Amino acid sequence: MARALVNIPKTARRGDVIEIRTLISHEMETGYRPGPNGVLLPRDIITRFTCTYNGVEVFSAELFPAMSANPYLVFTTVASESGTIALTWTGDNGFSQTETATIEVA
Amino acid sequence: MRLPGAAALTLLLASPLGAEIRPDERRSDFHQMSPETRAMQTDDTANPGMLAVLDGEALWRAKAGPAGRSCADCHGDARITMRGVAARYPAWNAARGTPVGLAGQIDICRADRQGISAWPAESRERLAVTAYVAHQSRGMPISPPGDPEMAAARERGGRLFTARMGQLDLACAACHDDNWGKRLGGTPIPQAHPVGYPIYRLEWQAVGSLQRRLRNCLSGVRAEPFPYDAPELIELEAFLMQRAAGLPIETPAVRP
Ligand code: HEC
Ligand code: HEC
Repeated sequence: MARALVNIPKTARRGDVIEIRTLISHEMETGYRPGPNGVLLPRDIITRFTCTYNGVEVFSAELFPAMSANPYLVFTTVASESGTIALTWTGDNGFSQTETATIEVA
Repeated sequence: MRLPGAAALTLLLASPLGAEIRPDERRSDFHQMSPETRAMQTDDTANPGMLAVLDGEALWRAKAGPAGRSCADCHGDARITMRGVAARYPAWNAARGTPVGLAGQIDICRADRQGISAWPAESRERLAVTAYVAHQSRGMPISPPGDPEMAAARERGGRLFTARMGQLDLACAACHDDNWGKRLGGTPIPQAHPVGYPIYRLEWQAVGSLQRRLRNCLSGVRAEPFPYDAPELIELEAFLMQRAAGLPIETPAVRP
């Protein structure tokens, strides 16, 4: 499993705009770089990121070879209710990882 | 390092080698970075070097070798036992009769205490454990050890620092003592303080050691880089740590 750093507020007031920050360890090999033997290294990137809030998708992004290694994504959503926020990264070679966090909305 | 422009080079070649950095002007290269890169370093959830630190923490607790012993089995809680350690490396190793860097000491623990081979230079594991150990000293002032043997190593490192090298015939000091703060082909020349290693370097898109950085500068002047773990690289590191004495450790630093 890749290592991920996720920053989601643990508590918020209903209606607050909350910021979610994520960093995941991934080489994001572009597919355009030659290896030490001159042969192109096969592409190996994360292609999609989604965030669901109590099962409903609130944010998603497509990722491409020009993204840096260890992609850092920051986005906002509105704190509507207490529950679970799930972040999923999927990509080449069957890459798939989900991190979850709970949020208390008062 | 990108290839410097011809005009910049002429300037460097023409400048006389001389003055060391004034003590009141000495500061971490952090302060020469863009506000965005500084923000990336100081926010632990944005600093990609923290991914290596977390990897290192897991490796610290992983059992290894025939006796199945982890670093933690002998050293306990790294937050306590490793605090300040990175600030006083390279250190003199009396049993081996050589100065060793922090990663070299970890190699010694793997060989002598765990009975397994050292991780290769620049491997994910070696960088991660070194970053985890060095991170425990974040904020602590660099305090090189006083052994006379280390003084001798530093002196050799200092001679290398001022010796002209490579096809460009430039000494480290020509850039880092005499021309820091100026630009070389668009890149600001830093004072070159080894405060944040292993660092996450944006150009590498990865974590790397001080030795990798020094080898980059050596090939930048088109000198043949010393091989990883060569005595010369440890001596240069010992000299640089003395030159940076008192500056706080930043591991994992982010650098452009
Ligand atoms: C079986 C016990 C044992 C294990 C396992 C072990 N060490 Fe050590 N370590 C020692 C001893 C004893 C010393 C001090 C003497 C020496 O230099 O060998 C030491 C010294 C060190 C030092 C230098 C501390 C200082 O104050 O200068 C570091 C850093 C270190 N070890 C890191 C590690 C890491 C990282 C691992 C796991 C990869 C590890 N050690 C595994 C016993 C161990
Ligand atoms: C031609 C000028 C030049 C020479 C000569 C040179 N360097 Fe550098 N060095 C640079 C530049 C420019 C950077 C910053 C690169 C960047 O940020 O992209 C740098 C970066 C560094 C750093 C990283 C500092 C940090 O904040 O992490 C260290 C350490 C260093 N050099 C040491 C050395 C040593 C030791 C030598 C001699 C073996 C040397 N350099 C020779 C230009 C030079």
